[in-house]
Amino acid sequence: MDPHVQVKNLNVYYGKQQALKDVNIEIPKKQITVIMGPSGCGKTTLLKTFNRFLELTDGAQLTGEVLVDGENIYDRDVDVTEVRKVVGLLAQRPSPLPMSIYDNVVYGMHIHKMKRDRREYKAAVKHYLEIAGLWEEVQKRMHDPATSLSIGQQQRLCLARGLAVEPEIILGDEPTSALDPISSQNIEARLIELKQQYTTVIVTHTLRQAKRLADYVIYMYMGEVVEAGPASEVFNNPQHKRTRAYLEGLF
Amino acid sequence: MSETISLKVETQSDGRSIRPSSVARARQDQTAKRTFFIVTLLPVILIVMITIALFLRALPILNAHPFTQLLFGDVWKPSAGLFGFKPFILGTVWVTAVGVLLAVPPSLLVAIYLAEYAHTMTRSVAKPILDLLAAIPPVVYGVWGLLAIVPFVQGVLAPLSDRWLDSIPLFAINQPTGFGILAAGIVLAVMIAPLIISVVYEVFSTVPNELRNASLAVGATRWQTIRRIVLPQILPGIIAAIVLAASRAFGETIAVLIVVGNVANIPTSIFDSAYPLPALIANNYGDMMSIPLYDAALLGAALILLVVILIFNVISTLVLQRLKRRSWA
Repeated sequence: MDPHVQVKNLNVYYGKQQALKDVNIEIPKKQITVIMGPSGCGKTTLLKTFNRFLELTDGAQLTGEVLVDGENIYDRDVDVTEVRKVVGLLAQRPSPLPMSIYDNVVYGMHIHKMKRDRREYKAAVKHYLEIAGLWEEVQKRMHDPATSLSIGQQQRLCLARGLAVEPEIILGDEPTSALDPISSQNIEARLIELKQQYTTVIVTHTLRQAKRLADYVIYMYMGEVVEAGPASEVFNNPQHKRTRAYLEGLF
Repeated sequence: MSETISLKVETQSDGRSIRPSSVARARQDQTAKRTFFIVTLLPVILIVMITIALFLRALPILNAHPFTQLLFGDVWKPSAGLFGFKPFILGTVWVTAVGVLLAVPPSLLVAIYLAEYAHTMTRSVAKPILDLLAAIPPVVYGVWGLLAIVPFVQGVLAPLSDRWLDSIPLFAINQPTGFGILAAGIVLAVMIAPLIISVVYEVFSTVPNELRNASLAVGATRWQTIRRIVLPQILPGIIAAIVLAASRAFGETIAVLIVVGNVANIPTSIFDSAYPLPALIANNYGDMMSIPLYDAALLGAALILLVVILIFNVISTLVLQRLKRRSWA
């Protein structure tokens, strides 16, 4: 395996409570990795350590290493904004910024001053809206407020906004859980298309979605990684009895 | 209501009737509700009544002199029948403006720090201290101003200004006492800062964290997130907080009265003395009431003060309420 992200001896505490216990995993490059497990098992916490969103929570403590392309993103001299540029996030609920559709997509590019002039920005906005499968629907209303879009469209807009800063890794924290079935399908289709170019890590609590998307699976329980491996192996022949119980829908 | 009560159980198992007590309790409940409602209504009635009463008591002076002449008249000489409010109105405006200008920049910085950067621990220490600052009685601030700020203005700020800014009329030293607009403005700034901080802090918390996270997730810094996302959302709220603080400063009486000098002139420099409206009323009401129209003039001043503060408060309250109700979904 060619790992894009390596997690080494990772422990996370919220105050005195331990949320992640000695996590050691590797996330393969340009595949979809699905983290699954019952609620409260630490899936989202693990995901948050990949873009350093964990430190936005007061009282969260972390030990261990998270290496992206072999570099520990928790090293002292690492710029957190650079980490988040490389590791994009699709949130649980679509969170369009309170500005126009165009401005939403261009937001991150402006922040990082990625293009030279307006023409380049415009072209980039079109490009990423196309990738997110939204261009057709919004090309005539680029300057409408983003909140005027349907919730499914908003999530694709957020995808375009995330991709526009040219990340290498996309994190998805149950990115379809707030969406209707059609919009969910749409997002899933996008993620499958994108895995040619991006390493994708998705947290989900629906087993069916995990089966549809996953190339690689991490199963967690009570803050520990119980089992991790290629999807075909974990789904067809789980090694651990907890994983088997979960897959059989026992809880 | 009575039907529900008489529906089924006339007697309990031990034979006692439950009806009389129920009816009495229902009546009690009704009475309590009405009483509370009337008591709740009282403040509204009170505001309306005070405004009307002030207007009626000020009517003699409004009849005797045209309103514009009262507002823009330069000379205040009650014994000669001259009631020009202009020096007092300008005095109030100057003192309020200096207070607000001094208070706003640091208050905004503190509010932004507490709302966006500070650790929960820092916040839980800083907030009660700020509330405490707001709870200090104005007269204490007044005495502090008298003992600390007036000498500071006289001994430090005035000489500095005299040396460096003398050619600018706004900073000219026209009287040497230290009592005046600047001293009052500094005292007011310290008094209203906690109010601005706490309202602006509340306003910041109306912005959902999802918006901040959306911005941080693409690699924006905290400050970029605040400047580009959070601040534009709450600008009306910040302005409302400032207006609210201005209305507090506008009506502040005792702390200002102690340090402002109380000379009825038209100020041209922040080192001039002034005589704001609240100080005028507090210093003179009850004295020299034999002078014709004097009583009406002072109550007219109170009316102006009340109306301005009501308008300020209503506007800022409306803006803040709208901000809290707004949904971002």
